[in-house]
Amino acid sequence: MKDIILALSLRSIRIHFLRSVLAALGIVIGVVAISSMGMMGANMTLSVTEELSSMANNLVVRAYTGGSGFGGGPGGGGTSGSGDEFITESEFREITKIAEKYGLVYGVQSESDRIEVGDRKGRATVYGLDDKVMPSIFSLSEGTFPKSTSSVVIGPTLASRYSLKTGSRIDIGDPDKGGTMTVRVVGILNERGMSMDVNSDSAIIADQKLFNGIYGREGEYNQVNIILNDINDTQKVKSAILDKMNRKEETVTIQDSSRMLESITSTLSTMTTFVMAIAGISLLVAATSIFNVMMMSVTERVREIGIMRSIGTQKSEIRKMFIYESVILGVIGATIGAILSLAIGWVVVLAMVGSTDYFFSPSSLVYIPSAMLVGIVICVTSGVYPAWRASSLDPIEALRAE
Amino acid sequence: MVEKPLIELVEVTRVYSLPSGDVVALDRVSLTINEGEFVAIMGPSGSGKSTLLNQIGCLDRPTSGDLFIRGKNTRTMHDRELTSLRLNTIGYVFQKFNLIPLLTAYENVEYPYLMKHRKPDDTGRVDTLLGMVGIDPPMAAHKPPELSGGQQQRVAIARALVNDPALILCDEPTGNLDSVTGHQIMGLLGDLNRKGSTILMVTHDAEVAGFAERTIVMRDGRVV
Repeated sequence: MKDIILALSLRSIRIHFLRSVLAALGIVIGVVAISSMGMMGANMTLSVTEELSSMANNLVVRAYTGGSGFGGGPGGGGTSGSGDEFITESEFREITKIAEKYGLVYGVQSESDRIEVGDRKGRATVYGLDDKVMPSIFSLSEGTFPKSTSSVVIGPTLASRYSLKTGSRIDIGDPDKGGTMTVRVVGILNERGMSMDVNSDSAIIADQKLFNGIYGREGEYNQVNIILNDINDTQKVKSAILDKMNRKEETVTIQDSSRMLESITSTLSTMTTFVMAIAGISLLVAATSIFNVMMMSVTERVREIGIMRSIGTQKSEIRKMFIYESVILGVIGATIGAILSLAIGWVVVLAMVGSTDYFFSPSSLVYIPSAMLVGIVICVTSGVYPAWRASSLDPIEALRAE
Repeated sequence: MVEKPLIELVEVTRVYSLPSGDVVALDRVSLTINEGEFVAIMGPSGSGKSTLLNQIGCLDRPTSGDLFIRGKNTRTMHDRELTSLRLNTIGYVFQKFNLIPLLTAYENVEYPYLMKHRKPDDTGRVDTLLGMVGIDPPMAAHKPPELSGGQQQRVAIARALVNDPALILCDEPTGNLDSVTGHQIMGLLGDLNRKGSTILMVTHDAEVAGFAERTIVMRDGRVV
């Protein structure tokens, strides 16, 4: 059917083209603001999650010390502690047996010790690891992994602090307490940043044999790390180990990064919501401008409404005419907004997140149709009152208007 | 069975409540108009002519008294029913033509047809009516502001006729036209009446009233 009411709405928009464009522009800006902020949040979350999940597949098993499972870490223990502070060789084997089919299991020994480079003295963490697992955990910026029992690799922070290069020598240990051991640097690691498993950036990484040669701590592991092949196995492996090891008494605690990941993700999502709420204010402003335009349209067309009513147009048709007008403004504004959001969103994501790798992922793009929908709904809502006003005009009064 | 009169007013009173006090615009008016009549209502300004026309035109309801259109009392009708009476039973011709400015002449005539039938006119009725009032197709493609007063009033008459109304109401149909054009419009209305249309016309021009077969004179809200 030829919808003359729709034709009237369209013609009214066309006649007041500039005014309509300005009103729709409000919606365009609102939609662009909301969707690009949303996309920024989504991209930020995705890229942070990706970064964190590189270590989220790490499980760290430590001996149960009565207190919190966290903390502990290397350095505090020294050699004075009882066997309870370490994971023993047999416990390590047991853990390996449970977890090896889910990923890589390796023991970590660590000590904080005095070091001396030339005549500069200081302290550093010394880690003892199986030399075979080193390449799976670390990457080298120069040199090689240790091959002999007197060579080590070091973290980049330590290297720059003491101006160490491959071939440099470090004396580990206190000459007053049991003497020192000289080791040779054969490789420098890439920066790894903060992590739960091994903080290698300012540490010395030695082969287990060398470590035990210095400290005599065969079969005493500070922690056992598990790198899971599949992050979804986290809970399964965790409970398998805890069930087995803690059957009689608490012997181990397990730390995983899923909780940290959750808290970061939820912080980001709160932030995104907040930023989007601010962007939402622009849609409220747009709503006011649509409302204003619709009211102007009603006021200007009072006489026309009177004519239409007097020759037999129902109130509902009059309402429809104005609702159509606001729907058309909303759809046009939201569509232009959606198209611009792709471009502006891209720029915002690039500027704020630094990478557009996730720009076209569903959880990022979903903000475009969502913002469109919000824009259209707001537009239609602002048209309801003017439409109702128009339809309830008294036809006689309306006809009298000039 | 005696056929009911087309319009029957029984003691119709319309009171406007204003802050300065009540104004009685119609005072117990009783009136009957039969099918096929051409009636002119005359009287000075403020005598209640327009109020009477609004009552009969179903744009308003009586404060008291009853108005029957083909035996149906309008006083108890809802807005929806009154609106549909205006669409189906009554055709309006106004002093200021009152065409919809956003629509072409053709669309203005077609508008009530679309509202009633919910489909475009495929019977050629709109073209026939436009031809009858002397608006050719090229002219019908123009919007009202591009037409002369006489042309607009012709379009308005065609619009009033499109749903084949039982009653045509004219409010000073020649009031905004020069005397030659006015005579042409009155001739057109006379022709319609001779073809069977019932016409009720408000005017203060005695010459125009001369085209009607019956004249009702009003003063101070009463028929005298």
